[in-house]
Amino acid sequence: MSTMQFGIFSVGDVTTDPTTGRTPSEHERIKAMVAIALKAEEVGLDVFATGEHHNPPFVPSSPTTLLGYVAARTERLILSTATTLITTSDPVKIAEDFAMLQHLADGRVDLMMGRGNTGPVYPWFGQDIRQGIPLAIENYALLHQLWREDVVDWEGRFRTPLQGFTSTPRPLDGVPPFVWHGSIRSPEIAEQAAYYGDGFFHNNIFWPMEHTRQMIRLYRERYAHYGHGTPEQAIVGLGGQVFMRKNSQDAVREFRPYFDNAPVYGHGPSLEDFTRETPLTVGSPQEVIDRTLTFRESFGDYQRQLFLMDHAGLPLKTVLEQLDILGEEVVPVLRKEFAVGRPSEVPDSPTHRSLIARRDAEQAEPAASGS
Amino acid sequence: MKPLKIVAVSAGLSQPSSTRLLADRLAEATRRRLAEEREVEVRVVELRDVATDVAKNMVTGFPGPVLREVIEAVTEADGLIAVTPIFTASYSGLFKSFFDVIDSDALAGKPVLIAATGGTARHSLALEHALRPMFVYLRALVLPTAVYAASEDWGGGGDAHTDGLAVRIDRAAGELADLLLRRPPATRPVETVVPFAEQLAALRP
Repeated sequence: MSTMQFGIFSVGDVTTDPTTGRTPSEHERIKAMVAIALKAEEVGLDVFATGEHHNPPFVPSSPTTLLGYVAARTERLILSTATTLITTSDPVKIAEDFAMLQHLADGRVDLMMGRGNTGPVYPWFGQDIRQGIPLAIENYALLHQLWREDVVDWEGRFRTPLQGFTSTPRPLDGVPPFVWHGSIRSPEIAEQAAYYGDGFFHNNIFWPMEHTRQMIRLYRERYAHYGHGTPEQAIVGLGGQVFMRKNSQDAVREFRPYFDNAPVYGHGPSLEDFTRETPLTVGSPQEVIDRTLTFRESFGDYQRQLFLMDHAGLPLKTVLEQLDILGEEVVPVLRKEFAVGRPSEVPDSPTHRSLIARRDAEQAEPAASGS
Repeated sequence: MKPLKIVAVSAGLSQPSSTRLLADRLAEATRRRLAEEREVEVRVVELRDVATDVAKNMVTGFPGPVLREVIEAVTEADGLIAVTPIFTASYSGLFKSFFDVIDSDALAGKPVLIAATGGTARHSLALEHALRPMFVYLRALVLPTAVYAASEDWGGGGDAHTDGLAVRIDRAAGELADLLLRRPPATRPVETVVPFAEQLAALRP
């Protein structure tokens, strides 16, 4: 595995193609997500991450079912989430589901915690959105404990207490999946990621760069504060959003109707304004390379870059073409360029193997941590 | 001592605009009241100039560069003068939308002078029924005198029950000036992180 990981993340929305008026069925969309994940491995990407939603127009309500199916049909791809709802899902079930997936996928699993942003989902799952941050903190504390202690006695505010509970299966090789914490604007979550020495993913695709910079700076400083390493050694992931054709003008012409009608930002700013303000890049593969390389200048050397490719109603065929370009023309150059001048003390992206190595190293030198 | 920064926000749309005129008069009266004690920097913001930026902010969730600068000026001001035309018995949609895209904590504790214009004096209580509760929700310090200028106010004096427009402007400006002189200067809010151990401890049953 190379020093940085590149991959894609899917929201899993069912959106009408604005150029044809055609809306895929849920079945088509689910199968499309699988095709996209398989394509990611085929073109040499490292990660496929799925969203989790419990309301239309989104299909992925059951991430480990989807990822387990993809795991069976891939060899190298890391299966992840963007995000796993730590607020409304029971942390006990998350511990079990992802440990099971980790075994089936032989360790090719990590996950990203998020709070979700749809108000009614909280009451549907018996929770209160105003408790979003406390839920994320308490539930993750329990999940963290369940994966590290064989027998857990636990009592908290939001969930029924546990006495003598063992979450099964135990994590593969005794090493829990790596965890990222995703947040756009909550410093509490950057603080949480820093406290545990976990990764911090900023899904910056809809946000101005300056805002992202502040959140990542905070995470890096607090990561060092908690003694996990230097600020430069913190584990950072970033989002990106691109649409490419050989000629820049062709990319703009083809993507504009999708942009103008996109569920999130459509009917708002112009494509040009949005491209200037956020990481969205519409143009040639070289323009995408150049733009993505600037992320390092803004946020420091980082570990994971995920692109959103299947959205705004783009048809599957187009998305697969985009993945071909991404995998064949963009990512190989990014791997090479990001490696240039990358300080040796900046850690590689965590993998199951690297986590085992770290655990073994820590056990071999008990004096180092005890002094 | 640094000059006091006063920002007057006008939601007037026409050119020339009586809403803008009222904002200018209130700002000037406040400057005059403070002249002996403090230097004052006045900036007047015409929301018409950022109307499409406000709409885009509603759609995307973040302000573009021009609007961002205006929001910073408003939230970092020592005092705010907020003036809207009364449309359909309330503040204008643009006026409300502008304050909707500002963080709900950003105006807490800020002295605010509210004022409005309208075609008829019969809508003057919109200041009390619409603007004042909105700024109270934002935890701003809304001054007791709110100034309403109906069309006829620009050509007449007071009557047995009410002072004329000039007197009301001066009274409101006096209240704003008095408050500004008694307050520490506005500071940029500092983002503080609650250490994680405290966040965890707060959840112990």
